[in-house]
Amino acid sequence: MNVVEASGLGKRYGRTWALRECTLEIPAGRVTALVGPNGAGKTTLLNLAVGLTAPSAGEVTVLGGRRAGSPAALDGIAFVAQDTPLYKDLSVADMIYVTRSLNRRFDHPYARARLTELGIPPRRKAGKLSGGQQAQLALTLALARRPRLLVLDEPVAALDPIARHDFMATVLAAASADGVSVLLSSHVLTELERVADYLVLMSRGRVRMAGELGDLLATHGQASLEELALHYLRDNQTEVAK
Amino acid sequence: MTALTRPARPGEDDLRLRPIPWRRMAGVTWRQHRIALAGVALLLGALAVWLWIMGTPLHRAYAAAVSCHPASSAACQALVGTFDSTNDHMLGPTSPGGVFLQVVPVLIGAFVGAPVLARELETGTFRFAWTQGFGRWRWALAKLVLLGVVLAAVAGACGVVVSWYYQPYFASGNQALGLSQIPPFVTLFSLRGVAFPAWTLAAFVIGALAGMLIRRVVPAIVATLAVYTGLAIAADGSLREHYLTPLVTSSQNVSGTAWVISQWWSKDGRFAFANPPLNLLNQFCSAPPSGPGKPSSGTFAQCLAPHGYTLWTSYQPASRFWPFQWIEGGWLLALSLLLIAVTIWVVRRRAA
Repeated sequence: MNVVEASGLGKRYGRTWALRECTLEIPAGRVTALVGPNGAGKTTLLNLAVGLTAPSAGEVTVLGGRRAGSPAALDGIAFVAQDTPLYKDLSVADMIYVTRSLNRRFDHPYARARLTELGIPPRRKAGKLSGGQQAQLALTLALARRPRLLVLDEPVAALDPIARHDFMATVLAAASADGVSVLLSSHVLTELERVADYLVLMSRGRVRMAGELGDLLATHGQASLEELALHYLRDNQTEVAK
Repeated sequence: MTALTRPARPGEDDLRLRPIPWRRMAGVTWRQHRIALAGVALLLGALAVWLWIMGTPLHRAYAAAVSCHPASSAACQALVGTFDSTNDHMLGPTSPGGVFLQVVPVLIGAFVGAPVLARELETGTFRFAWTQGFGRWRWALAKLVLLGVVLAAVAGACGVVVSWYYQPYFASGNQALGLSQIPPFVTLFSLRGVAFPAWTLAAFVIGALAGMLIRRVVPAIVATLAVYTGLAIAADGSLREHYLTPLVTSSQNVSGTAWVISQWWSKDGRFAFANPPLNLLNQFCSAPPSGPGKPSSGTFAQCLAPHGYTLWTSYQPASRFWPFQWIEGGWLLALSLLLIAVTIWVVRRRAA
């Protein structure tokens, strides 16, 4: 089963294409890194996959053929958007209540245990938590939904190194222990190195490369995800310059 | 073929999931909007208490003036004067109290309605809300309906107090006793009966749609104030008088409680003029009635009638108050439902 399947997918904002001719299959059970410079179309692709945006061209399905944004798709996907938006004036307990009410499944004991472990007091307002705690709260709420696919848009961009590490550890634990497929975008390449086993490389609205990370490294003769990405994107830039 | 024998994990492989129950949005809406709702409750509660404090002496003065016998005695006239001068700052739509009351629905609409969706879009929390299992259009519809019903109910309760406050002015027989009397249509029509909750609902829905279109709280509040004011002025100035065809009479005894729409003159069965020209008045009304204020059309009718001129009056009788209330409540409700539908359509179409 593919957790994300796109064919000829495109999204236009006004006259500019944020994403063009995207044909892609992301298999289940992987941690997929969506890599590319700012403005590459990563967020657009993720928004299309979670159904926040409707495509201008082509189509995208998730979790084995469910239309993105359909009730069945929403049910199986948990999304943590960039800057982890939370209702700042709701308490942590209220955020749990809201998420629990809006979803079919919600693992309340998991959410409570996780927040206790993280030392996040349930009565504190979400807006009063530190950046790392807000990110962890958003991730906990997403994982407590017991999704089959977890989508994270630049989850660690605003976090300090320790918070970054802790966040990724939680993601990795969910992926390995519970078999959650993960799709995350980031431009912090070193963090992805440890967790990703599938790579989608994007630049300027197009998917440039997609496949098993190990295979791609071997094919291109690179030692790490970071080198591969940098090498490819540099080459690509000079190509465009010519 | 193993797929048929292997039991599916519940709720996972069924593509036609049963929707999450609507009632779950009640708690969600309450938690998100309790501060705004508390603000509305505080505002309308204070308003009700204020009206009650102001209304008690008004009703007392009215009861004293009506029960006084004989009506022509100096003591009774003094009581009439007391009633007429009680709270005259509340009388009429342009009095300070009247103006204050009229901004209440639009304040509720602007400060509760506009942020409902605009704040989600402004702070990015719509990315959270719209990716939950509940589904974005059901989420928006549940919120708008729940908040709309609650606001209309609270405004309706407050409207009862407003109606109670103004009741003495609309009682029949005020004219005969020399008590202040005002046509029920003219004074704060939109704040009494079913019109108050209907206007409040409309203001709320206008705010929600403005917020969805503009995506920012403060500009959405400003737009709500502007649109609502335009609609209120249109209803007040030109729509309301057409709800039912006005009655037309040539009698001079149109009740003081009636809402006079227009007056004109005819001669020999044909329209003559809307206002009698000055030369005609100088010619026929040799001794124009003097006294304070403008001479009324009725006084001219007496001197022009012998010369074949008839004064016609089109008016809405006071007995049409409730039909008018239901008509106004009806079209505002229809407008609100239409705007809710448009808002939901925009929510469904809105790209992140």
